[in-house]
Amino acid sequence: MAKKIYPDAASALEGLLFDGMTISAGGFGLCGIPERLIDAIQASGVKNLTIASNNAGIDNEGLGKLLRTRQVKKMISSYVGENKEFERQYLAGELEVEFCPQGTLAERMRAGGAGIPGFYTKTGVGTQVAEGKEVKSFDGEDYILERGIRADLAIIKGWKADESGNLIFRKTARNFNQPAATSGKICVAEVEEIVPVGSLDPDCIHLPSIYVKRLTCGAPYDKKIEFVTTRERESA
Amino acid sequence: MTAHDHLTNGWDRNQMAARAARELRDGYYVNLGIGIPTLVANNVPAGMTVTLQSENGMLGIGPFPYADEVDPDLINAGKQTISQLPQTSYFSSADSFAMIRGGHIDLAVLGGMEVSEKGDLANWMVPGKMIKGMGGAMDLVAGVKRIIVVMEHVSKNGDPKFIPECTLPLTGKNVVDMIITDLAVFERPDHNSPFKLVEMAPGVSAEEVRSKTSAQYVE
Repeated sequence: MAKKIYPDAASALEGLLFDGMTISAGGFGLCGIPERLIDAIQASGVKNLTIASNNAGIDNEGLGKLLRTRQVKKMISSYVGENKEFERQYLAGELEVEFCPQGTLAERMRAGGAGIPGFYTKTGVGTQVAEGKEVKSFDGEDYILERGIRADLAIIKGWKADESGNLIFRKTARNFNQPAATSGKICVAEVEEIVPVGSLDPDCIHLPSIYVKRLTCGAPYDKKIEFVTTRERESA
Repeated sequence: MTAHDHLTNGWDRNQMAARAARELRDGYYVNLGIGIPTLVANNVPAGMTVTLQSENGMLGIGPFPYADEVDPDLINAGKQTISQLPQTSYFSSADSFAMIRGGHIDLAVLGGMEVSEKGDLANWMVPGKMIKGMGGAMDLVAGVKRIIVVMEHVSKNGDPKFIPECTLPLTGKNVVDMIITDLAVFERPDHNSPFKLVEMAPGVSAEEVRSKTSAQYVE
C-alpha cells in the first residue's frame, strides 16, 4: 500500500506549496477547519494565495491567521463577517474578495472535482452575482453559468481515516470538507484519529481514499466555538 | 422613533415569528434564517412534525444543548451550538444545497431589508458599508418552494421597507411569496400576481399600513 501517512502537517504539505497557488479549504465558520494545515501554510511563508473557503476564519483563528500574515491575495467566500483584520484589508483594497453564494460555492467545488467545468444555476439570477455571466433559459426560466473550481491543493479536516485514506467526518464538521477535498488536484487531510484498514465500515465512508493523497493526525484538538448557546435543564 | 410610532400596536418579534409559524404544515422541511426567523422554531404547533434544515449540512435541528453537552462539531448556520434529534441526518454542503436548489425544501423564512412589490428581496448588503456576504440566502430564495420574509414594516428612520423597487442590491428577483411585518401580512398566490394585504396585527388599521407602505398592493 502506498504510504499516505505523514507525521505532521508541515511534512504532509512538503513540495506542494508555491506562491500564487489556489487552495480549496473545508470548514464552516470554525467548525471542521483544517487548523494544523493552516498553521503549516502560515509557517511556510507561501504567499499570494487564492483561497476558496466558505468563510475566512475570525481574527487570528482559522484562515484569519493567513490574513494576518498577508499571505492571501484573494478569497472566494460566501460570508466573511466576524473578522476585523479581513475587514481592514478589504476596505483598504489590500485583499480581493469574490463573493459567491454558499450553495454555488459548494457546487463549484463539487463540479470542479467531478470534471465539470461549468454549470447553470438559478441562484443569483438578476443580482450582482450574475454580472458578466452567461444567462441561458431552460423551460422558460433563466439560469446563470458558474465555473467549477479546480484548486492546486485542497486542505480538509476529517474525524477518522483509515491508513488507506478512507475518511469519515463527524456531525456538521463535514460541511465544505467533502466537496473541497474533491476539488483539489491533490488533497491533504488532517484527522483526529488514524485507524487500521478494515476498522471503518465500507458502507459508511464519506470520502473514499482516492481523494485523500496525504494524511496526518492532528490530535489533540482544542476545537473553538464561535457562539456557545445552551438551554437550562428543567428542574426536577 | 417618531411620536407617530408610539401610536402603533402590532406584533413584537416573537409574535411575528408565531405568525410565520402558522404557515407551517405537518411534514414540512423548513429552513429558518438568522434573527426573528430562528424564533419560528419555538412556535411549531403541538403535534405537528416539522423538520428543520441547517444549510451547513443537517436535517433535524434539535434545541440548544445543555451546557455539558455542547459539541463544537454540531452547530447551525448561525454558528451557534445546537443538538441533534433521533431522526437527524448529516451531509455535505454540496448535498445540502442540492436539496435547497433542487426544490426539496418546502419553506424558508428569512429576514429582509427591502421587498419590492414584484417580490424582489434585498437582504445582504448595503453599499458603502462592510459587505459580509450573502451566505446561503441567494440559494435559498432561488430554490425553496415558498419564501416568507419577516421584517419590521419600516426602517429605523421610519422609511417603508415594502417598496415599489428595491434600492439595495438584490438577493433574488421575484422570489418572495409572503411578507410578515410587525404591522401586517401580505401574500400572493404566485409570482405573476400582486401582493394582497391579508391580515393586520391587533390595533393596526388598513390606513396605517397604507401610510407606511410605498409598494402597490391589493387590499
